[in-house]
Amino acid sequence: MNNIFVYCEVENGVVADVSLELLTKGRKLANDLKCQLEAVVIGNQLNGVENQLFPFGADIIHIADDARLEPYTTLPHSNLLIKLFEEEKPQIALMGATPIGRDLGPRVSSALLSGLTADCTELAIGGHEDKKENKVYENLLYQIRPAFGGNIIATIINPDNRPQMATVREGVMRKEVFSITHKGEVKPMDVNKYLTDADFVVKVIERHMEKSKVNIKGSPIIIAGGYGVGSKANFELLFDLAKVIGAEVGASRAAVDAGYADHDRQIGQTGVTVRPKLYIACGISGQIQHIAGMQESAMVIAINNDPNAPINKIADYIINGDIAEVLPKMIKYYKQNTK
Amino acid sequence: MAGLRIIVLAKQVPDTRNVGKDAMKADGTVNRAVLPAIFNPEDLNALEQALRLKDKYPGTIITLLTMGPGRAAEIIREALYRGADNGYLLTDRAFAGSDTLATSYALSMAIKSIGTCDLIICGRQAIDGDTAQVGPQVAEKLNLAQITYAEEILHAENKKVTVKRRLDRGIEVVEGSIPAVITVNSSAPECRPRNAKLTMKFKHAKTITERQELTDDYIAIYNIRPYLNIKEISAAEINADSKWLGLTGSPTKVKKIENVVFQAKESKALTASDMDIDWLMKDLIINHTIG
Repeated sequence: MNNIFVYCEVENGVVADVSLELLTKGRKLANDLKCQLEAVVIGNQLNGVENQLFPFGADIIHIADDARLEPYTTLPHSNLLIKLFEEEKPQIALMGATPIGRDLGPRVSSALLSGLTADCTELAIGGHEDKKENKVYENLLYQIRPAFGGNIIATIINPDNRPQMATVREGVMRKEVFSITHKGEVKPMDVNKYLTDADFVVKVIERHMEKSKVNIKGSPIIIAGGYGVGSKANFELLFDLAKVIGAEVGASRAAVDAGYADHDRQIGQTGVTVRPKLYIACGISGQIQHIAGMQESAMVIAINNDPNAPINKIADYIINGDIAEVLPKMIKYYKQNTK
Repeated sequence: MAGLRIIVLAKQVPDTRNVGKDAMKADGTVNRAVLPAIFNPEDLNALEQALRLKDKYPGTIITLLTMGPGRAAEIIREALYRGADNGYLLTDRAFAGSDTLATSYALSMAIKSIGTCDLIICGRQAIDGDTAQVGPQVAEKLNLAQITYAEEILHAENKKVTVKRRLDRGIEVVEGSIPAVITVNSSAPECRPRNAKLTMKFKHAKTITERQELTDDYIAIYNIRPYLNIKEISAAEINADSKWLGLTGSPTKVKKIENVVFQAKESKALTASDMDIDWLMKDLIINHTIG
């Protein structure tokens, strides 16, 4: 009872990276709180799925295995979780800030009247003193996220309601094996005990999923463009350099909103978090949500016309200039110096 | 078939996409006064989906519901100019400090008091919070199915709704039953512009609070033209239980707000000159950062 639960996404028997990242974080929180870490997997043909989860520190794994549970639809997954949480009374429940987690989390939190914080960039355990009510709380989950256009960082708590729920984007937390020999208990869920036919009212009648064409997260060099790039045509300059030096192209939210780049290239709090060897920021001013997604880059080069751009503060090299001038020169001198 | 009854949920938001340097006050709080208030962009995508259903199914009635301060009536007028039929402003001091759960409770009670409807359509998320929680939570409170990330509502007939959803890595077409809650993505078509005729028709549409500032002879037109009344509703009028509203009804509390301070690096400034770029590329190659 009162453990930490992680909802694990699974597709074709493979657990999503974001879920393993959350288990890694959940393990650390569980150690801090001296409680157990429990995983919930809901899907189809899940035989042996626990072997993917135990190494990341799960102590108990609840498995709901039924042909009707994949692909994901809201009502069966949410009702399974709601009923399981009513029985198990977790103190913390975490899920990925993915299309599934962001569909599921609010529904579950609404039914349980618990709080939910979306897109957290950090989670920690700490206390709280409510001076007005003269109450002291211990061991709360600090749900930390940029807020209000990223101008501030807010720490959110749910003092009185359980579970304390949070979603986290893929890549924000690190995925680390806890112990390859760690084992725990598997608890199969009796799906028919929890669900009725009415839960399957929404049917998926067509589905076309593709593997993401861009792999920003895995690229050692990233050239990212912001609103300052100015146009979709100018973005081609980034692709030109990327081709020559073997990099992937990313974008800030402002650039994606302006239509300069596709959504799957978005880096930052509401996009992907990256930790490349080299990050070249072109025409990016550096709003907090963007920096939250790239600040662990080993080296940062900022290219822009604004000497006061916030991104310059975390850059190793600041090139004051126009990207239309700088990027072609980078190509030229890269080629010249590698001949 | 008869038209649909659609409620579109919308929010007036500060335009956080264009935050200037003066958006933050010296004490670290947000200077709302300098941020323009706009119709939340994805709620406009949602309105467009409703308007397309109205084009397809004549007799459809679109009601815009927003929760916010008096000023939020602006987005109801904006929706009327684009083709919505009427609007409700849900406003009350009791709502102040609501998190997504308290907001969803208030909206769900307002929807119940407005009457039966076939579809509730809203944007996926608002740009001032990006939580994407209110749509699904309203659905849960009303015990309805939810269909999130809609790009196109394909059909809504014979008690069935078919929706094309846009996910990160592809699309999905789902069928659900009516009534349902649908949240719409920014990848859906943009909202049509204001219609000139409707803009003339609804130019003077006002809430009762806004009308108090008018002279008596002006008031008369609201009796002659009842469609100019933007209905204003309070917590009491939707039978909301105050323990689920505002700060009291919000399980999440803000413990701390901080300005962000970055660990400043020691950086080297370069120019766009050939010499500097040549030097930089050599340096990156020698360090094995690239190449």
